[in-house]
Amino acid sequence: MYLVKIYVTYKQSILDPKGEAVNDALHRLGYTNVENVELGKYFEIKLHADDRPVAAEVDEMCDRLLANVNMETYRYEITEMEAL
Amino acid sequence: MKFAVPVFPGSNCDHDMVNALRDVLKMDADFITADATSLEGYDAVILPGGFSYGDYLRSGAIARFSPVMKAVAAFAEAGKPVMGICNGFQVLTEAGLLPGALQANRSSKFICKTSELIVANNQTQFSNAYAADERIHLPIAHGEGNYYCDPATLAELKANHQIVFTYADNPNGSIANIAGVMNRAGNVLGMMPHPERAVEAILGSTDGLGIFQSLIGAHKEGVHA
Repeated sequence: MYLVKIYVTYKQSILDPKGEAVNDALHRLGYTNVENVELGKYFEIKLHADDRPVAAEVDEMCDRLLANVNMETYRYEITEMEAL
Repeated sequence: MKFAVPVFPGSNCDHDMVNALRDVLKMDADFITADATSLEGYDAVILPGGFSYGDYLRSGAIARFSPVMKAVAAFAEAGKPVMGICNGFQVLTEAGLLPGALQANRSSKFICKTSELIVANNQTQFSNAYAADERIHLPIAHGEGNYYCDPATLAELKANHQIVFTYADNPNGSIANIAGVMNRAGNVLGMMPHPERAVEAILGSTDGLGIFQSLIGAHKEGVHA
């Protein structure tokens, strides 16, 4: 069993109005040292290994569904879980 | 002419669309389910607006994998007309049937108002009932209608005259003021404004009729793309 943590964020060229709204709110709260806020998506996926490399399968999931590669990028961490 | 209007869980402009097609334009129109696997017997498909699958993940991202979309892709591949309005546009970009993507509005607000559009290309089967550069007024209602594509794609869209409608007063930050684009073959159109909400004077505008009349006229003449 593997635990995959996937982070999806906007590409640099894409506007992130939600991140900007949070950035502004933090400034209003007095955290004027905040430079930038990026708001993205986080997925935790547990999966069983099959005959394919886990990373190849995760890449495919991200490309097909979890991210829109026109405007988003993704990165992930894969850790092997002990069988319970 | 017979239209199919696929209904996804969370679609909410499907009845408006069928009302426009049946009651105003006197065409045949059927609601079909997201599980439908065949579009046999239909002359055109219109993906309606709404919040398919709750807009979970991204607008259109989950609807894009529903069974009916395989049939829609084959239908488009065969050169038959496919139109996506609002959420339907988002589904078509997610499905790769149209280039680019719809990102959050620049203002981060949901915008619901009448927008002025310019018919940027009236030489299409979706817009030939309008005059060149005609200004029309259609309602928009979206939170993610800010069209984006990379510079190379934008250059292609311009070179191939795929930009069909632009905003006179860009409400959402769309690149090149794009409100509606079609594919290179000219048989798949996506647009954020709602023509089906502008087909009767009592609703405030009849400017949306031209889109349907263009399609119906093209069908009568046997034009596909």
